[in-house]
Amino acid sequence: MTKMTGAEVIVKALNEQGVDHIFGYPGGAVLPLYDELFKSNKSPAHVLVRHEQGAVHAAEGYARSSGKPGVVLVTSGPGATNAVTGLTDALMDSIPLVCISGQVPSHLIGTDAFQECDTIGITRPCTKHNWLVKRPEDLAKTIHLAFLVATTGRPGPVLIDIPKDVQFADAEYCSISEVEHSSYKPKVKPEISEIEQAVELMSKAKKPVFYTGGGVINSGPEASHLLREFVNLTGFPITSTLMGLGAFPANNDQWLGMLGMHGTYEANMTMHDSDLIINIGARFDDRVTGRLDAFSPNSKKIHVDIDPSSINKTIDVDVSVIGDCAHVLENMLILWRSKGYKSDNSKWWDQINKWRDIKSLNYVKSEKTIKPQYAIERLYELTKDKDTFISTEVGQHQMWAAQHYHFNEPNRWMTSGGLGTMGYGLPAAIGIQVAFPKSTVIDIAGEASILMNMQELSTAVQHKLPVKIFILNNQYMGMVRQWQELLHGGRYSHSYTDSLPDFVKLAEAYGAHGVRAQSPKELDGKIKEMLDTDLPVIFDCVVDKDENCYPMIPSGAGHNEMLLNDEGISIEVGDEGKVLI
Amino acid sequence: MITIKEDIQETHTFSLLVDNEAGVLARVIGLFSGRGYNIESLTVAEVDKDSHTSRITIVSKGSPKTIDQIKRHLERLVPVHKVTDLTIEGPSVEREMALIKVLYTNENKEEILRLVEIYRAKIVDTTDKSFVFELTGAMDKINSFIDLLRPLGLNDISRTGLAAIARGSKN
Repeated sequence: MTKMTGAEVIVKALNEQGVDHIFGYPGGAVLPLYDELFKSNKSPAHVLVRHEQGAVHAAEGYARSSGKPGVVLVTSGPGATNAVTGLTDALMDSIPLVCISGQVPSHLIGTDAFQECDTIGITRPCTKHNWLVKRPEDLAKTIHLAFLVATTGRPGPVLIDIPKDVQFADAEYCSISEVEHSSYKPKVKPEISEIEQAVELMSKAKKPVFYTGGGVINSGPEASHLLREFVNLTGFPITSTLMGLGAFPANNDQWLGMLGMHGTYEANMTMHDSDLIINIGARFDDRVTGRLDAFSPNSKKIHVDIDPSSINKTIDVDVSVIGDCAHVLENMLILWRSKGYKSDNSKWWDQINKWRDIKSLNYVKSEKTIKPQYAIERLYELTKDKDTFISTEVGQHQMWAAQHYHFNEPNRWMTSGGLGTMGYGLPAAIGIQVAFPKSTVIDIAGEASILMNMQELSTAVQHKLPVKIFILNNQYMGMVRQWQELLHGGRYSHSYTDSLPDFVKLAEAYGAHGVRAQSPKELDGKIKEMLDTDLPVIFDCVVDKDENCYPMIPSGAGHNEMLLNDEGISIEVGDEGKVLI
Repeated sequence: MITIKEDIQETHTFSLLVDNEAGVLARVIGLFSGRGYNIESLTVAEVDKDSHTSRITIVSKGSPKTIDQIKRHLERLVPVHKVTDLTIEGPSVEREMALIKVLYTNENKEEILRLVEIYRAKIVDTTDKSFVFELTGAMDKINSFIDLLRPLGLNDISRTGLAAIARGSKN
């Protein structure tokens, strides 16, 4: 047994786990580990970010696009606290991450030492699990366990806090095969009786709909493949949450578009009038359900989820199936085939097609100003045949991207769904570009969100990651303004950004390329210029300032009470609706 | 007017077998505070030194939906081996121990000692002014003993919280 230091053990364990990239930022409490990375000959390679929040979002983008866990390395104190938003984001969206944080030496823990914080205490509620490693002999085991917990069951972020003296100490190595956990055994294979009940309900349904979510994507490409096969076989309509876009192809006739607060009219009406909802890997989030007592009042509900605590959390269901989406879909397919079920939903489709005819994503076109929806449409048309990945920030632009950019493959769409983190998109794009250096990676952004992690453009330039930042610039925090219009009498309290930077000059200052488009006529040419540039690009797309995002289910309303345009904006939102967010 | 609705509340006793590792109790109570669940009583102690496992007994109050969620969320914690809702999966034996200090006078001393006899409490400390009683039993019994002592010079109380175990051969 050769003697190793704790830091050497960490790097060896990361290599055994197949980690090729780490996103991080050095500091006093992780110096021994950084020294080891210096010696490790880019195995794993380190991507230096400009702020630890950026490191975590980059790791999220990396994980979500590649299907591999993202790895983050931060120092103690502010390094760890800066990572908290990203960890919470990953927890909400079930993204597998392993975050390693340095800690002050063991004997100084609890003394309010320089850059000390209670990292384990602070990150306990924003990780799936976390560990403080006090004994060097526990290091390798803990790291392997951390990867196991992050990537299995419902995936999520985990954190390992490692005091500086443990990184220096003599430590023994143990390999993955020597590690197992006595209590952590997530259930991935469903009960056959549950599958039977579900499939029988499906065979009898007159007005069924598939409602799928991020769980299908987390389950891996096989789950998306099986979903396509099953949806095709049954002939049922399908809608998806924001997190689930791409699992089912948007160019398929059975696709209704996204559902929920800014979902399509046909998706929400189909859910509302349905007699059977088949939820696969989604969690009845409040953005999806609208008012709970008005949510699909006449349907039976099947809920497939790997996390038992998702069942009956907000919506009570008739049949629950606990398991991994791919396993469940495979079993459902086999059973449906073997029973020889055929469905006839032609009347249901007639109704759905009438809702489709409303064309709820239509908007008033303009020749003078760039409508934000038009900008996304053109971006889609000019990139759809390329190998493209999209990330977003949070707000109106995010919803327009979800509505007007169409995804036909999983893992191509990275967005902050649960936590709604402004500042997610640029670092996420960086993480995606690290995983796919040759692909086109575009962060669809707003001018307010992008400024929250603007500093990461420097990361992109340093590491030659040519991400494209496509800003829909309306000078407002558009979604805040839209809600103020709807709920607060149009009093735009602090939702207008004055003194914005000149984004073209800002790009140049960072050593990136800046492009600005101000009229619909020049838009295509400028988008092509962006795509043809080998550098990172900031695209300042100056759009209609007052455009609102429709369709919309106002807070406190049901799926059948959608607003389709500004004409409904004077409607009264009740007190109960106002309280909701 | 915005009113905050409250559902029907039920009291349930959960029994958890957990790894006895640093922070496990913080994880459990953090779950309760983070998700807005109540803790009425909590006890914890190691029950098996060899396998490093501890037993946590929690009494909580909530709507039937909340009670169901509490169990599912507890089961999700990595160091938790098993969660039993003894109120649903019962029957179970539930006991608590209390130490109760009373400052007596010559006028009420007899009355206090009569109560002690009725409730089968033990005198574990006595001075010329005070008694300390030990009483083990169901929570209700301890509550009523304390209520009776309140006008008779009740001075201080220390309660262990509830310990519970399933009746019969199953665990």
